[in-house]
Amino acid sequence: MKKSLLIVVALVMCLTVTAQVDSTLFKRTQQDTSKLLLNMDAVYNRPFLSVSKLPVAVGGYVEANWQHLGTDGVSEGHQFQMRRLTLFIASSISRRIKFLSEIEFEDGTKEINIEFASVDFEFHPLLNFRGGIVMNPIGAFNQNHDGPKWEFIDRPISATQLLPATWSNVGFGLYGKLYKDNWVYAYETYLTNGFDDQIISNTENKTFLPASKLNKDRFEESFNGVPLLTAKVAIRNKKIGELGLSYMGGVYNKFQEDGLVLDEKRRHHSWALDFNTVISATKTYFNTEWVFNKINVPSTYGQQYGDKQMGGFLDVVQPIVRQNIFGFDRSVINAVCRLEYVDWNLGEFDETGEDIAEYIVAVVPGISWRPNSQTVIRLNYRYNWQTDMLGNPASKTAGFQFGFSTYF
Amino acid sequence: MNYKTLLFSLLILSACEAFEPEAPADFDILDGPVAGLNEAENLQFLKGDVAFNTEIFTLQNGLGPLFVATSCGSCHPGDGKGHPFTTLTRFGQTDENGNQYLNVGGPQLQHQAVPGFTPEAIPQNATFSRFTPPANTGLGFIDAVSDADILAWADPDDVDGDGISGMPNWINLKEYVTERPNSVTQNSKYLGRFGKKGATYNLLQQTASAYNQDIGITSSFEPIDTHSGLVFDPEVSNQTINDVVFYLKTLKAPAPRPESNSILDGKQLFTTIGCSKCHRPEMKTGNSPIAAIANKAFYPYSDLLLHDMGTTLDDGYTEGSAKTYEWRTPPLWGLGLSKNSQGGQYFLMHDGRARSIDEAILLHGGEANQIRNNYQSLTADEKTKLIQFLESL
Repeated sequence: MKKSLLIVVALVMCLTVTAQVDSTLFKRTQQDTSKLLLNMDAVYNRPFLSVSKLPVAVGGYVEANWQHLGTDGVSEGHQFQMRRLTLFIASSISRRIKFLSEIEFEDGTKEINIEFASVDFEFHPLLNFRGGIVMNPIGAFNQNHDGPKWEFIDRPISATQLLPATWSNVGFGLYGKLYKDNWVYAYETYLTNGFDDQIISNTENKTFLPASKLNKDRFEESFNGVPLLTAKVAIRNKKIGELGLSYMGGVYNKFQEDGLVLDEKRRHHSWALDFNTVISATKTYFNTEWVFNKINVPSTYGQQYGDKQMGGFLDVVQPIVRQNIFGFDRSVINAVCRLEYVDWNLGEFDETGEDIAEYIVAVVPGISWRPNSQTVIRLNYRYNWQTDMLGNPASKTAGFQFGFSTYF
Repeated sequence: MNYKTLLFSLLILSACEAFEPEAPADFDILDGPVAGLNEAENLQFLKGDVAFNTEIFTLQNGLGPLFVATSCGSCHPGDGKGHPFTTLTRFGQTDENGNQYLNVGGPQLQHQAVPGFTPEAIPQNATFSRFTPPANTGLGFIDAVSDADILAWADPDDVDGDGISGMPNWINLKEYVTERPNSVTQNSKYLGRFGKKGATYNLLQQTASAYNQDIGITSSFEPIDTHSGLVFDPEVSNQTINDVVFYLKTLKAPAPRPESNSILDGKQLFTTIGCSKCHRPEMKTGNSPIAAIANKAFYPYSDLLLHDMGTTLDDGYTEGSAKTYEWRTPPLWGLGLSKNSQGGQYFLMHDGRARSIDEAILLHGGEANQIRNNYQSLTADEKTKLIQFLESL
């Protein structure tokens, strides 16, 4: 009885609190619609909510889904997943000093990460200094990964398996942009803490850069004292689209400790190429990213840890309906398809000279409904086939996924 | 979009399993438990499955420092035969007097090492043999055969004059191994039945030894680190090893393919030309604490005994009391599925040197000379039928 009374009192208080909020005090920040935005702008190109003249804006996004996938006749049944809840807080400290943070809760509270927390100092449009926890600008997805921007429930395999999206780290760097007519040119370069030896010592049993995300100490100390260099150049034309070329590389192993030599310095390199465009006649959107990794794996360490990896994805999004649907007057329904491919080990067996066949190919057709630009409801059908390193008959996985993602 | 479309979409989703890949036929895969396990046994099977196929050893959980593979499953993909990539090398023993190279890394070569360590190399002048990892399926049935049944087929002096002998491999028992009920001994040695040379007594010995020699993982059973030679704390628990042993014991026996006329003709030829003198079709298990494998007839096509296979297959290396030219008759069940775990091709015989079943038969020598000659005299059609039969097992 006492408990019920408390709940009733709490509910009444909530109603009272709601009644006290004057919604006219909230305002949404305007988003840039110049069509000259780059993937590197994604971090600020989000809907923020600010209150009156407070210099702080907040926002975030949430995504949840249901899926029923089966692999070779075995299914885990119906799965409901709360993949992400992300909160943004931005603040204009002064006209040219800004702060932005992004805190992400993945799979409930299984992973809680500060994905971004940095201060930007603008000296000139071509010279900005950024420091704190930054998102390393490798590829496009790592910079532009918010769920509501994508028509697919799963993140691209190459972005999460060859690259560790979302990969962020502590460091400093510079970025800048130059606008000229229909063109924009941009660069970013950062020095941050880097990877560790888990990339060749992990439970995936393959070279796996994302394994270093398990090292929570990376926000506090570098594994080996050698900074990770990440750099990107991008170019965009209002009519043609955006092309990005990026590099990330460093030393991943602990080659010395207390002045004692433990191993040679072992380097890793990642190169990524990304491109996106819209065919104006049909409004068809293409987005692609391809990644190549090269890792110095000890020759005595086992061929399952590949020294070269490659993969990427191509997303095609075709709007097919633009009309009022269920009262959402600016609804858009898209037919979508993603093709993706990842080869974790491009090598050949020493024993047979034959290809090490550790790859996955996936086709993901689907439909997305955008009742507004900030919300997407997605139905995907995933079909992928994956071989082990020996090239044995592929394991096939397929099934439906349904979910939503929205900024709030 | 209207409500009918929505309803239709929901109907499709409710039948989602119809859009998912089908399970392969039982005779197309090797893995899976034997039928008839109870709930508690199913649970232990699953634990063993995880330890065998999913658990990967790394720097963080004890890998090496010297090793051959990083998990059990990497040598036995899908519980099938291994690939040249995971083939073991053993060296240093030429007769029944034991291994002369134990102080330099024998008997097994650990050819991989974690960063900072140097892998082993085969000592100069040491003879060696390469062993392709075998399939795991049906091992519990083989484990449950009585010594007496195996020894009943032994004919060391070829008393029956058929040219086939069949020798037991008499081995010393590891201190942690418990002998089977009614086990037979000779000069305080026990009958080995697992391994290419039949030098392993049971699945506990096989498992503990593989953790130690293949992955560099110490246990209370095999506590000596292969690199330093020192006793280490256990890096894998007894419970995990027991789960893996249970998993291996309760993997199903390979299911034969449906018999066509060609397969039946091949089966007849298999007996007629004499293959079944060593590759004996049927065995029977004795009592077992696992009801699902107790007192069952099964069809491994082996006699689990050693045979002289001739000079071509004599690598100059041996184990236990076997001679360097003697090899245990390998079970033929599941032979046709070997390709599914060997990257789509065959790597047969003890070291994978045979790239087809035909080539494997032609490599038979020693006691099998006459039978190989019989095979060679078959017509092409008969050979095809015989191979179809072998692939159906």
